[in-house]
Amino acid sequence: MKHILKILVNNHPGVMSHVSGLFTRRSYNIDSIAVGVTDNPEISSMVIVVKGDDSVVEQVKRQLLKLPDVIDVEDLAYHDCISRELVLVVVQCSDANRTEIISICEVFQARIADLTKTTFTIEFSGNTRQVNHFLEMMQKYGIEEIARTGQIALRYRS
Amino acid sequence: MSKSEAKITGARLMVELLEEYGVDIVFGYPGGAILPFYDELYKSTKIKHILVRHEQGAIHMAEGYARSTGKLGVCIATSGPGATNLVTGLTDARLDSVPILAITGQVATNAIGTDAFQEADIYGITIPITKYNALIKSADDIARHFEEATLIALGGRPGPVLLDFPKDVQTELTNVRKSSKLKINPRHYQKPPIGGDLDAFAAALNKAKRPLLYVGGGAINANASKEIRELAEKGNIPVTTTLMGIGAFPGTHKLAVGMLGMHGTAYANKAVLECDYILNLGARFDDRVAKPGEFAENAVRAHIDIDTAEFNKRVSVDHIVHGDLKEVLKVLIPKVEKVDRSSWLEYLDTIRKNHPLEFDDSSDSIKPQAFLQKLFEKSKGKAIVSTDVGQHQMWAAQYYLFDEANKWLTSGGLGTMGYGLPAAIGAKFGNPNSTVICVSGDGSIQMNIQELATIAMYKKGVKILIFNNNFLGMVRQWQELFYEERFSESEWNYNPDFVKLGEAYSIKGMRVATKSEIDKAIEFFLEGDEARILEVMIPAEEKVFPMIPAGKSQKDMIEFSDAIRTGKK
Ligand SMILES: Cc1ncc(C[n+]2csc(CCOP(=O)(O)OP(=O)(O)O)c2C)c(N)n1
Repeated sequence: MKHILKILVNNHPGVMSHVSGLFTRRSYNIDSIAVGVTDNPEISSMVIVVKGDDSVVEQVKRQLLKLPDVIDVEDLAYHDCISRELVLVVVQCSDANRTEIISICEVFQARIADLTKTTFTIEFSGNTRQVNHFLEMMQKYGIEEIARTGQIALRYRS
Repeated sequence: MSKSEAKITGARLMVELLEEYGVDIVFGYPGGAILPFYDELYKSTKIKHILVRHEQGAIHMAEGYARSTGKLGVCIATSGPGATNLVTGLTDARLDSVPILAITGQVATNAIGTDAFQEADIYGITIPITKYNALIKSADDIARHFEEATLIALGGRPGPVLLDFPKDVQTELTNVRKSSKLKINPRHYQKPPIGGDLDAFAAALNKAKRPLLYVGGGAINANASKEIRELAEKGNIPVTTTLMGIGAFPGTHKLAVGMLGMHGTAYANKAVLECDYILNLGARFDDRVAKPGEFAENAVRAHIDIDTAEFNKRVSVDHIVHGDLKEVLKVLIPKVEKVDRSSWLEYLDTIRKNHPLEFDDSSDSIKPQAFLQKLFEKSKGKAIVSTDVGQHQMWAAQYYLFDEANKWLTSGGLGTMGYGLPAAIGAKFGNPNSTVICVSGDGSIQMNIQELATIAMYKKGVKILIFNNNFLGMVRQWQELFYEERFSESEWNYNPDFVKLGEAYSIKGMRVATKSEIDKAIEFFLEGDEARILEVMIPAEEKVFPMIPAGKSQKDMIEFSDAIRTGKK
């Protein structure tokens, strides 16, 4: 089961190691981690995606709350949050398949950020499933390089 | 400029803050990066500095001081090797929830990260082993960090904190002497509101026919002994304690069934198997006590703790209350009914009679168990006892009974050999009028034996009992029982003459080897308020029983009688 943990922390150096250290100590594999400052410059938000059974993730949550620099921890279920991940991907292209790639990008609403004679650098954002799907589509043309940001997430407002 | 605005150095401020917090004793060892602080300490009339022989000694002394007095323990070390020598003690304090403030020197801020002389990233190193730590980059931040760190060390579930001070921060001038806004959430130091349904809790307890209280170190930290006694007596509920909980309930009380777990009493472990309700008071279902899925499996399990992360961590429980144990018990006790549980208590008495703590005392050699029984009698159970780690630790836990909290100092969670001697010294500084005994083994004592010098220098009347079996006894025991007597590296072929070693530090000593000498030895040992070394030669093959093999449950307990039957004795 995947968990998306949204963790609010004091924005100062060392907090990242405190938080990620808790995961390594329990030999937890972090799927992705994304950090950014919030509207309050003293507070950062970390979004960590982990796989693990509910009771163990609950343990980690409680351990996180014991860290003095952690302000709040929210366990977001996949279905009740908007999540996004940004990917930059360099895809090989030839004269023959150039238009094909462009039309796939249109369908996905992906942006072509740069091009050379032999490559496209494409920018795409979506939830993890969409990003994976997009990358799968690009695979057959030959991917040279990928950079992914890791997920960020917000709870849906009702 | 008004007086409060006058600038002082960071080091001066550090000393003033310690004084303000009522710290009157610190244990430490100087070095280059902490010299500005030591220079200010030199001028302080309120703080006594105890000079140790190794920084590990300093932090264990601070632990012994903290555990026996209930106050914050403070230790000081320089940067690099000084700071890394604190690592074992910090881990120890973390696992046993001891409030420690460690102050370390650091290379100057502009040298940090350059592999400068005596530089170690102690902040990074101690992240997983402190409750809180910080590298202080400006003298203006000192006041706030001090306040946060001490609040965190003592608040909630106590623990060690470390503050790292670069040398230039110690010499920098500041006029910020009071912390303005604290940056940490109050939940880290304020008592939490009681969370949980106490009525349901009490109802389940009242229904129980065979309830058991399972008391851990948290009960001592919460100062809840009085309430636990009230609860036990009102409900006629027997009490077992963990190694860390020893003393939280009087060991000689008729409701006491002794320690449970790996080397707990047979009657405590049987009580766990047969109870229908078990109430955990500030214990953590440690793996030396509880096997998940098998621990008290027929009982309703309930847990009161101040640390929510302990709930359902290893053993799942049916009822949970979050809060300060003392506060929770005050509310719970009036809801608990007076129930006649004499048949349960009688049953436990029978077990106690049929499965006592046993050893074979027929030979002429001294048995450590008999020796400790005698020591308990002669010291009237009044001493503060610290131990090292191994067989002697378990024998002491079994045979020296405590009626009060904060008198039993042992490294429970980490099992740190080398803890005993410095912890005893720290306790003696905190309790100058008490008899303080360190029970050690010939292996453990050599881990921090250099602190004999600290005893000699400050003329502290610490009593050091060394059970000498010329073996790493506990290792030997496991090898005998589980590794077909292959004594890989557990035999000592060489020990110093401990008595002569004591003499080198002007500490009087004695060595005994036969039963007939026990009385005389104990008399010599306890006499006056002078330090003593007593080396007691014991048989190498003596073992600690009962024993639950690692990873097994109460059902797999090996008793003395089983050991004789199977020829393992
Ligand atoms: C620092 C440290 N190293 C190793 C161990 C593993 N260990 C546990 S008990 C023990 C033997 C202790 O021997 P001794 O102090 O002579 O006590 P005895 O068991 O003989 O009473 C050892 C090596 C430990 N607990 N701590």
